[in-house]
Amino acid sequence: MSNAPASVPALEVAGLRKTYATGVEALKGISLTVQAGDFYALLGPNGAGKSTLIGIISSLVNPSSGDVRVFGHSVRTDRGQAMQMIGLVPQEINFNLFETPLDICINQAGFYGIERGVARERAERYLKELALWDKSRAVTRTLSGGMKRRLMIARAMMNEPRLLILDEPTAGVDIEIRRSMWKFIESINAAGTTVILTTHYLEEAEQLCRNITIIDHGRVIENTSMRKLLAKLDVETFVFDVADANGELPQLSDVRLARVDDHTIEAEMSRAHDLNSLFAALSARGITVRSMRNKANRLEELFVRLVDAGKAAA
Amino acid sequence: MNAQGNLVALGTIARREIVRILRIWAQTLLPPAVTMTLYFIIFGNLIGSRIGTIATDNSGAGISYVEYIAPGLIMMAVIQNAYGNITSSFFGAKFQRFVEEMLVSPMPSWTILAGYVAGAVLRGFMVGLIVLAISLFFTKIHLYHPIITLTTFLLAAVIFALLGFVNAIYARKFDDIAIIPTFVLTPLTYLGGVFYNVAQLPSPWKEISHLNPILYMVNAFRYGLLGVSDIDLTWAYLIMLAFVVVLATYCLSLLSRGVGLRS
Repeated sequence: MSNAPASVPALEVAGLRKTYATGVEALKGISLTVQAGDFYALLGPNGAGKSTLIGIISSLVNPSSGDVRVFGHSVRTDRGQAMQMIGLVPQEINFNLFETPLDICINQAGFYGIERGVARERAERYLKELALWDKSRAVTRTLSGGMKRRLMIARAMMNEPRLLILDEPTAGVDIEIRRSMWKFIESINAAGTTVILTTHYLEEAEQLCRNITIIDHGRVIENTSMRKLLAKLDVETFVFDVADANGELPQLSDVRLARVDDHTIEAEMSRAHDLNSLFAALSARGITVRSMRNKANRLEELFVRLVDAGKAAA
Repeated sequence: MNAQGNLVALGTIARREIVRILRIWAQTLLPPAVTMTLYFIIFGNLIGSRIGTIATDNSGAGISYVEYIAPGLIMMAVIQNAYGNITSSFFGAKFQRFVEEMLVSPMPSWTILAGYVAGAVLRGFMVGLIVLAISLFFTKIHLYHPIITLTTFLLAAVIFALLGFVNAIYARKFDDIAIIPTFVLTPLTYLGGVFYNVAQLPSPWKEISHLNPILYMVNAFRYGLLGVSDIDLTWAYLIMLAFVVVLATYCLSLLSRGVGLRS
């Protein structure tokens, strides 16, 4: 891995603006800091400016103003050093469809000045870790969508980056492969690599990330820790799987109960309300609860609320 | 990246280019072999046999038409393939977006440019050797001046690789990389003294021909192989070197500004 003092933030974005030649103002003064070792979520609706921000960080997009520092190295004035630290998994498939995964990984290492022997060893290691080794010599256009996504992660690991940026890495991937990808990324983060993740699967961000920035219309609308953000959620909805939901439901002052079907009840309640009184009330009505779960992803509710608030304010 | 890292990166691009050239040999190496064989049969044997000698060498011996056009045909193949290699390869990388693999790496612009130019020059060299081998079936080829032959080949291949790179940078669709070879490169090559001696042209065509840079490359290469040239070699080298410097500077400027690559 590349060396940089541990105290230096992995990423510092300061006053970043981007106006495209078409006149579209994609970023309107974004500033954020990602500490070294963090697992960081960068969320926002489509068109919020996430990909533009990632494009500028990885030097694929020229900023209009502002600066980006990767472990203290400016993307504008010290691009080579900054890029040495980054591994990028882009949103769109962007490898040569006529090459093999092995060649793609070895070549990628070569672009970072890594000798072929070392590159071959790393390619084997990461292709094996991402369950792609048996396809290492297949032409990439024959790979499934999930394999192509995993190949982009393996490729991004070839320079063993200190900052790994994943732009919707699990889009269109089935849950089994998605979980294996999470496991791999978590292990990379545990080993010290800072990870920035953008995703539309908010459950993914909630489960993996410790800190979060939500951007919309080119501006930061929330920037905090995942725990603090989730604490802002004052209402939760629980789904109860019950033996028989056809009886009369109890009436509670700050709980809204609704029958979904013969065996399912939903309860929308304040986070301040304890569950014991609800269980007692259900029990008093002879309703036996077999199991329960959160109805919606908590982060998803907050996300929608924040984005809607942003739209209302605009 | 340090110097060693840059060399590894440059070698990676060049190696990838060679693998690509050999993988699609039916598109890269076979067509010039077929086309040039036809040129030698039609212009060299069938028409050339009726023309007789077209020039004399330093010893005063006559040079047959097929012998005269052989260096030009080799140079024509080198020019077209160096240009075609870089346009199709770099535009293909842009089109499939895997050019981003290089753009997000710490490689400096000159390494990317040098890697692609090296690939184009190597294809020019491979094709040049193939056409040279074909020409030996139709005529004898001397190697009058090996250093002039080699340096002219290198300079011409680099010039057209750089021109092809500019074309690929600005191209937005496949049509854009076909227009220049069809409407600019091929006419300039045909009018660049491959098939005739420009010294024998009447005014003002003779003077106009001297504005064609390919004329200098073809004649310098012909001098290297046969020892005869229609133009002054000093001018040929000055013009070729000037083209290399101007084009390389322009390509590096395009790359560092991200024209056609970074939004």
